Amino acid sequence: MSVLVYLENWEGQFKKNTWEAALYASKTATMQGTEAIGVVIGDINESAEDAGKYGLSKVLHVNDAALASFDANRYAQAFAHLAQENNASTIIISGTFNGKALAPALSIKHNAALLSNVVDLPTNVSPLTVKRGVFSGKGFNDLSSTEANNIILFVPNSIPLEEGSGAVSVESASFASADEKTVVVESVDRVKGKIPLPEAERVVSGGRGLKGPENWTMVEELAEVLEAGTACSKPVSDMDWRPHSEHVGQTGIAIKPNLYIAIGISGAIQHLAGVSASKTIVAINSDAEAPFFKAADYGIVGDAFQVVPKLTEELKKFKAAN
Amino acid sequence: MKVLVCISHVPDTTSKINFTADNSAFDKNGVQFVINPYDEFGLTRAVWLKEKQGAQITVLNVGRAETEPTLRKALAIGADAAIRVDADPSDSFYVAQQIAAVAKEGAYDLILAGRESIDYNGGQVPGMVASILNLPFVNACVGMEISDNEASLIREIDGGKEKVKASLPLVVGGQKGLVEEKDLRIPNMRGIMQARSKALDVRAPQEIAAKTSTGAFTKPAPKSAVKMIDADNVAELVRLLHEEAKVI
Repeated sequence: MSVLVYLENWEGQFKKNTWEAALYASKTATMQGTEAIGVVIGDINESAEDAGKYGLSKVLHVNDAALASFDANRYAQAFAHLAQENNASTIIISGTFNGKALAPALSIKHNAALLSNVVDLPTNVSPLTVKRGVFSGKGFNDLSSTEANNIILFVPNSIPLEEGSGAVSVESASFASADEKTVVVESVDRVKGKIPLPEAERVVSGGRGLKGPENWTMVEELAEVLEAGTACSKPVSDMDWRPHSEHVGQTGIAIKPNLYIAIGISGAIQHLAGVSASKTIVAINSDAEAPFFKAADYGIVGDAFQVVPKLTEELKKFKAAN
Repeated sequence: MKVLVCISHVPDTTSKINFTADNSAFDKNGVQFVINPYDEFGLTRAVWLKEKQGAQITVLNVGRAETEPTLRKALAIGADAAIRVDADPSDSFYVAQQIAAVAKEGAYDLILAGRESIDYNGGQVPGMVASILNLPFVNACVGMEISDNEASLIREIDGGKEKVKASLPLVVGGQKGLVEEKDLRIPNMRGIMQARSKALDVRAPQEIAAKTSTGAFTKPAPKSAVKMIDADNVAELVRLLHEEAKVI
């Protein structure tokens, strides 16, 4: 028996998110009294040996032309093959965009139960039980599997990263490509220099209180000094002030960063649903009655156009001194 | 072109969420139900396909009779026919198998479902349906054009977008971007009247065993009281974020 984990890379690079998945898998394997094996797909620009720091026993590297671009069905086929070869009854996948597309397809091919939107390590191993988020952040539910094979799809930033020492061997592995109905990727358009929201540890977010898209420079400046991702409320994305991909909330992206700073966002229930899992929330709003202050850890009542540049300055001073 | 739009019947986004006294289930008392917002973008996109390319739209829900007003609303928005699989949607695998059976029998060219539903947020159903039927799958889809038997789509990825091509039949997990918020249709009186006479076919479910079982529901722990900081003392916020919250 073993635990298999997808070590996702982005243009050949691993991220914190990759290692969170590795750590999640090795902790789950320890609970189950077994080993955790990483799977890397495609060309990589850095060594996967680092996976040893997070407790994996080995890494399998599959570099097959059929997997050059992401396709849910074909990737699922490769994982199902590796899971069978390595007698893996549990597979760990991080809830990235591709992870969310891969997991359901794999659950069918591997005849596994899929436990998704999981917010912490398993609470029980027999039957495998997890805590999952439901009602878009408004509740949690204990979900148990009734199957022998399982896939856990966890929400990024669910467990704190701890680094041990050691390196693992990386072995190459292959899979037999069968006839799958796939999609063809024609072009990729990546936004450069931005931190993708689901994995951002800090997020600065703006709402209608900022009055117009031309005023986002100060949001971006604050985000830059914090090394944070930028986000926005639903009305802001609906009015096209900011791209949809920045919309956080019930019908946008749900995030759980360590720090969420909401500027000029009133705090409607739908918005709070998507951000309330953040560890620390700061609300800056000119309206002292804004509902966001009830959901925040720290609040400042004031004019964002005055407060935000000041905060950026203070953070620059803090960074220089620390 | 035959389009199947999967509709989840979910609490309105403004709903306060409560659980039953023994925490074993969602408490539906006093809750308004709506078409799952992620499904609604797909439904509107399907209506455009009908208007511009002559598609036939069937909407599908797996649920009990209580979901019929939601299906009627989808008919009023522009779907041609509705199917309800009469069963409790016990888990995503169960629902995906029911949808796959309907989709296979009806030989649909395009199966649209929301990327996730806002009640259980599993995000599982469209990908499972595609895999069960061995059809190509595009998730988190924010743009779709169809001509002849080919679809050109845009999907969201971490930190960007990808343009992909796939042949029909195809399964799409949709979200905002398939159409914009302002494009969503509100049923008008004519649509509501027409919806009354459209077919709503109630079917018995396939015998399928769910793969998961739900335990206790809980609410998030309440936040402790907010600490207010004077707007003239922003340095204090930086100090608290560093020393107390330890996030910088």
